[in-house]
Amino acid sequence: MAASMTIRNIVKQAIFIKNGSIGINSKLNVAHKSTHRAHNPNYNRTSAEVTLALRPKQNFLHHDLVDKHRRSPLQKGTEVLQTETEVKAPRDYRFVMPEFMPRPNFEDRDRVLEKLERCDMFRRRTNITIPEFYVGSIMAVSISDPYAPNKRNRFVGICIDRGGIGLKAYFVLRNVVDGLGVEVMYQMYNPTVHSIEVLKLEKRLDEQLYYLRNCPLEYSTFSFDMEPVLLPRDAEIPVNTLKVKLNPPPWEQKWERQNLKGIEPLELTPRMIRGIEMHLKPWEKYDLMLHYRSKVPEEEEEQIMSEVYKEKLKQDSLRKVTKATLRKKK
Amino acid sequence: MALSIHQQICRSFSQRVGTSTCQSCQFSTSQTLHEVRKLMRMRIVDNSAIGKAAAQIGKPPKVIHVYNKRQVGFLGDKVLVTVKGEMKKAYIVGLRQKQLPNVPRMDTNNIVLVDDKGDPLGTRVMVPIPSALRGKGGDLTKILSLATKFV
Repeated sequence: MAASMTIRNIVKQAIFIKNGSIGINSKLNVAHKSTHRAHNPNYNRTSAEVTLALRPKQNFLHHDLVDKHRRSPLQKGTEVLQTETEVKAPRDYRFVMPEFMPRPNFEDRDRVLEKLERCDMFRRRTNITIPEFYVGSIMAVSISDPYAPNKRNRFVGICIDRGGIGLKAYFVLRNVVDGLGVEVMYQMYNPTVHSIEVLKLEKRLDEQLYYLRNCPLEYSTFSFDMEPVLLPRDAEIPVNTLKVKLNPPPWEQKWERQNLKGIEPLELTPRMIRGIEMHLKPWEKYDLMLHYRSKVPEEEEEQIMSEVYKEKLKQDSLRKVTKATLRKKK
Repeated sequence: MALSIHQQICRSFSQRVGTSTCQSCQFSTSQTLHEVRKLMRMRIVDNSAIGKAAAQIGKPPKVIHVYNKRQVGFLGDKVLVTVKGEMKKAYIVGLRQKQLPNVPRMDTNNIVLVDDKGDPLGTRVMVPIPSALRGKGGDLTKILSLATKFV
């Protein structure tokens, strides 16, 4: 204790020596400060000083926030005036944006992860337009390619498959380049994807068109400088009812067993017919549990899809506004 | 009656389901992986004389060794093949196997023949080459300079 007192005296003396010319007044001030600090608000504070001053008050709640809690539903005359108008997604919106639907298997589900993933997908969608497309649409994708001379790589082809959930959603394009069938799988939310265009929006009769691998090449040949075909607004998505002719076997898969609608009737051998019969599952359409487990419950689907639809409308309107302002600036 | 053959079979099956015995398959019917391993038949895509001759007699080259540790050839790997009774080294420039995102998958397994020094035997590659190969250095750059198109 004594030691600390002596140190303080020494410091005081040092201050006196330093400010030797200040005189008696300053000497009095120093004595005053040591007993209790006067509250002198400094109105010319820097931002750093302000934050320092506010630091002990971090538990402070703003009045608006407190007021919100005061408005209890038990109290009279405090009803919330503005009720949110619920935006409902169109029916079967899950076919437009299938990648937003969670996994149907309830054991694999993680609602927090799904929500976060949806947020990330929307964030990616603010930077890139991912149009509505289906299996059978003709699309053009350009990705960043560090080795290409213009740092871009563009590919055009027919979408033969689409799948994946969340950020891992993907689609596969197929085309014939120089007489060689080429397929490329793209991830929709991959940051290396520059743009996704739909050149011709249409559906095919099947959910996957992998049988195009065993078809004559003309069925999967599309020009790289194809002009986009525009559909009238609010028109239904046209279904291309083209039936392709398969090459004679051997095939990549046993297409005859898959009940495909987009291929011409096949010439079946007795062995193939036996194979089809062996792998028939006629009881599956009566299996209620199988149906139940293969789909997300309807209420949940509605909730998620309305969230997705709302966000989509918001982003579309924002995009319109920015386009309009850009046009004005021009 | 516009029933597909599949539907007809379904109907006939359901009629005599009581009598027929439905056997379960005892072996795997999953799709092949199309991995490039030893004895895999490939397709020569350059315009070398030996490659053309092999295609004419209908005997595509056969892989007899893959120069990597896994013994499975991937894009840009070197392989040893037999063409018309001769041993030749070659580089893989296209695969039927499933590929990574943004990397093209071809309908055939393509190779370009090179000599022992690594110089290509042909003067031109007639099919598109995956752009992902451009990042790999070494002897592949000699092959890429022959390419007419990248995908």
